[in-house]
Amino acid sequence: MKRRTLLASGAAAAALGLTGLPVLAQDTKTKVGFIFVGPVGDGGWTYQHNEGRLAIEQEFGDSVETMFVESVPEGPDAVRVMTDMALKGANLIFTTSFGYMDQTVEVASKFPNVKFEHATGFKDAPNLATYSARFYEGRAVQGHIAGHMTTSNIIGYIGSFPIPEVIRGINSSYLAAKAVNPDVQFKIVWAYTWFDPAKEAEAANVLIEQGADVILQHTDSTAPQAAAQAKGNVITFGQASDMAEYAPSPRVSSIIDNWAPYYIDRTRAVMDGTWETHQVWEGIGDGMVKIGEISDAVPAEVKASAEALRDSIAAGETHPFTGPVNKQDGSVWLAEGEKADDGTLLGMNFYVEGIEGDIPS
Amino acid sequence: MDLSAINPILLLASLMVAATPILLAAIGELVVERAGVLNLGVEGMMITGAVCGFIVATATGSPWLGFLGAALGGALLSLLFGVLTQFLLSNQVATGLALTLFGLGLSALMGQSYLGIRAPAFPDIHVPLLGDIPVIGPIVFQHDPMVYVGLGIVAGVWWFLNRTRAGLVLRAVGENHDAAHALGYHVRRTRMLAIMFGGACAGLGGAYLSLVRVPQWTEGMTAGAGWIALAIVVFASWKPGRLVLGAYLFGGVTVLQLNLQAAGVAVPVEYLSMSPYLATIAVLVIMSAGRAPGSLGRIFHAAR
Amino acid sequence: MIVLDKRPQPSRLWSYAAPVLAVVLTMLVGGVLFAALGKNPVEVIRTIFLDPLFSEFAWFYRPQLLIKGAPLVLIAVGLSFGFRAGIWNIGAEGQYIIGALCGAAVGLALYPAETRWIFPLMIVAGAFGGWIWAMIPGVLKVKFGTNEILVSLMLVYVAESLLAAMALGPLKNPEGMGFPGSRNLAQYPSAANLELIAGTGLHWGVVAALIAVIFAYVVLARHIFGFQVRLAGQAPRAARFAGVNPARMILICMGLSGALAGMAGLFEVAGPAGQVTIDFNVGYGFTAIIVAFLGRLHPVGILLAGGLMALTYIGGGIAQSNLGLPAAAISLLQGMLLFFLLAVDVLTHYRVRFAARQVA
Repeated sequence: MKRRTLLASGAAAAALGLTGLPVLAQDTKTKVGFIFVGPVGDGGWTYQHNEGRLAIEQEFGDSVETMFVESVPEGPDAVRVMTDMALKGANLIFTTSFGYMDQTVEVASKFPNVKFEHATGFKDAPNLATYSARFYEGRAVQGHIAGHMTTSNIIGYIGSFPIPEVIRGINSSYLAAKAVNPDVQFKIVWAYTWFDPAKEAEAANVLIEQGADVILQHTDSTAPQAAAQAKGNVITFGQASDMAEYAPSPRVSSIIDNWAPYYIDRTRAVMDGTWETHQVWEGIGDGMVKIGEISDAVPAEVKASAEALRDSIAAGETHPFTGPVNKQDGSVWLAEGEKADDGTLLGMNFYVEGIEGDIPS
Repeated sequence: MDLSAINPILLLASLMVAATPILLAAIGELVVERAGVLNLGVEGMMITGAVCGFIVATATGSPWLGFLGAALGGALLSLLFGVLTQFLLSNQVATGLALTLFGLGLSALMGQSYLGIRAPAFPDIHVPLLGDIPVIGPIVFQHDPMVYVGLGIVAGVWWFLNRTRAGLVLRAVGENHDAAHALGYHVRRTRMLAIMFGGACAGLGGAYLSLVRVPQWTEGMTAGAGWIALAIVVFASWKPGRLVLGAYLFGGVTVLQLNLQAAGVAVPVEYLSMSPYLATIAVLVIMSAGRAPGSLGRIFHAAR
Repeated sequence: MIVLDKRPQPSRLWSYAAPVLAVVLTMLVGGVLFAALGKNPVEVIRTIFLDPLFSEFAWFYRPQLLIKGAPLVLIAVGLSFGFRAGIWNIGAEGQYIIGALCGAAVGLALYPAETRWIFPLMIVAGAFGGWIWAMIPGVLKVKFGTNEILVSLMLVYVAESLLAAMALGPLKNPEGMGFPGSRNLAQYPSAANLELIAGTGLHWGVVAALIAVIFAYVVLARHIFGFQVRLAGQAPRAARFAGVNPARMILICMGLSGALAGMAGLFEVAGPAGQVTIDFNVGYGFTAIIVAFLGRLHPVGILLAGGLMALTYIGGGIAQSNLGLPAAAISLLQGMLLFFLLAVDVLTHYRVRFAARQVA
């Protein structure tokens, strides 16, 4: 017991040793570091974060310097890369995957003078902020269009992993679709991957074969779009990036991860010395979630009502989760007029009433 | 739960398509292994084929030329493996793993400026008359041409291995390279050709993903398909006929579990996804000793 | 016509000179590649190969070499016994995963108890997990003559599926907001594999790797088992006459490599990684195969090869953030380094001679 405590305090001393370091690089430039979980060429999640990085360079020109390391596994490698960036004088470091959470907390504690920003996590510190996007707001707009457009009344949904983020998106789009089309039915398949184009194509095909004429996806590749196009008469929505190459049909709209405004804001805050920690969850109104151009394949009145929904969500007038909403088992979740609180949404582990099937566990 | 939603005809039809990339890669690896060489770099050759095919197809506008480019790209990369293992006598396992690392890096660099571009269309063909046969028509005769090219290659390999003298030589080289050498066969030349054929087929399989299945270029898009191809070769116990069965089984498990999920059946996906590999081990045990080519993975050096 | 003659004994000179030659060749060809990518080749090469050791922040990078290299060395040493004896366990990646799962499961099951026995128990569980996973191909080979290369490879895929199932299911952190992944063992004092001396990167996995190297060195040089291993690889028939039981040899070699790979997984999951996650495994099991060959299946060589691989990973990361080099270029360079090392190895075992073309 004693020995172990000794070891633990040794580790603490190491942390202190690092803390006592002077600011190492005395550059006038503000340095911003990014740690990416995938390659910037993935065309999806990491690609969009990298677009945000490029936007910082565009905005501030020579007064900033950005650096990034791609395809960093979520483990000791992440700790190493973050520490390396901090040592090199990074003023602000964005860690862009949920799996970096504990590593970011660890490194942030060793570098109190460096600001850290962790995407999609829930642990913060005085120099560690978290940020995430309310993608479910965009899902509601998709659900609205999907509910109007479907003629088979079957909407297919490709889930990645059964985690709150994805379940929230399913519920949000279902409620919006149901609101405009009471007969709508959701078919959900879990791909158990974020990115495997062949499997995503397969999933889309299966859903189409089982009658779906609208495909919503929570995986990042364009394979489902191509599958839909091959079958004809099926519409899809871009995910993460606009996927405009499949517009106007099958891709009729999209949810775009638009990190650029946030990244620019936070970089500016560091430059001004006004940076403070926070836990933000920004939606359409803040510009973090962008709804891609609704194409002409959608009838004008549906397009108009979808845009109205988008604007109303952006203005904070409409909340996609507004009562009355029951859980799948029929129990009351939200009473008439009640809006979901963020805590429940963040840990969402149930379907709303009307969705069939079980969440795999 | 609504099992009636699953249309068995469509299920079988989509299975043929799903199995094509892994079938293509696997038939190449089968020939390589029958020649006594174990190339674990299939994934690297597939992804290199995927990017080469994509580059050529978008540059020329012709998917067919794309596939040709993919085959060439895969074969060129495999040449590297061939020279190292056959002439410089390096260990095949280590070289194959290095080839995968190399191929993943190379493809990503080559494909940097090809993101977000669509490949030229490669329409399905509706085989006249045959495609109109009820039930069988949609399953078998309404796919894109590469599905049939893949099956054609498998048939060709079967014929080559079992009906030609060169095929006999190749098998002899794989079973016992020392004896084959003593009989005056060119062990190294045979193996080099087999390795390049394997690379070309893996390239075709990769290009099937980037030109037909997805069809787009993204880094790492093969997502492990090359490793599945290796498993299928073993499952097939190195026989081309069984290879088709194996590819359909491996592809089929994915298609089936997705179908069941969509129909509302709770499927233990992770446990189901390991089943083909367990089946492969079972096949290995049942087939028992001696079925693998005798010289598989061993270094050949002609001592005089 | 170039002819290779097998040397009666590996060349001593070339066994030292070949790796140096390979690294130099990699630097040259890599330099051309980096120049083609529009980077200053000298700067890139210096960053990858020298900065981790001699730059301003080398005090931070050097310990990282231990963290990155330890699992590679530990696994590779285990594999080298089998490889010497002609037993091909290429499924260390799977054994690594199962070891981590078993070890972590023990720790998580006992959470939040605090006693000093938890961590040792986890090590045993980890080694056992890896051992049992390796015994599957081992026993199948002994009983049915199945090819251990293929069975051990198949079991990697099975292990990966199991890992995902565990991270999403039984081992999921109940306080993790529904995200896949276990509790962080590094934050659970009795189960954590922390740095033993602060700032050195030295954790129990590094200690185990060093012990394994010494142990392997002694066994191969001095012990009868080491002799049998070498004999079984070089002259299987002679080994049989010398009383080496092939079945026993297979089971010991498979078991040993599996147990070490399992331990490597446990040390990783309890320390540097901390959590069981869906993509917990990052390919150490496969990279270790390469490391074993680069080290010429010799314990000291493996130690150096593990260090070299770790160097390219760490230097590669530095080159990415400092110079904006794409990750793909690093993996290309690593592939190239391996090719050159494998290629020049021919000089160690064979004499190259120019001869008149002979009729085959």
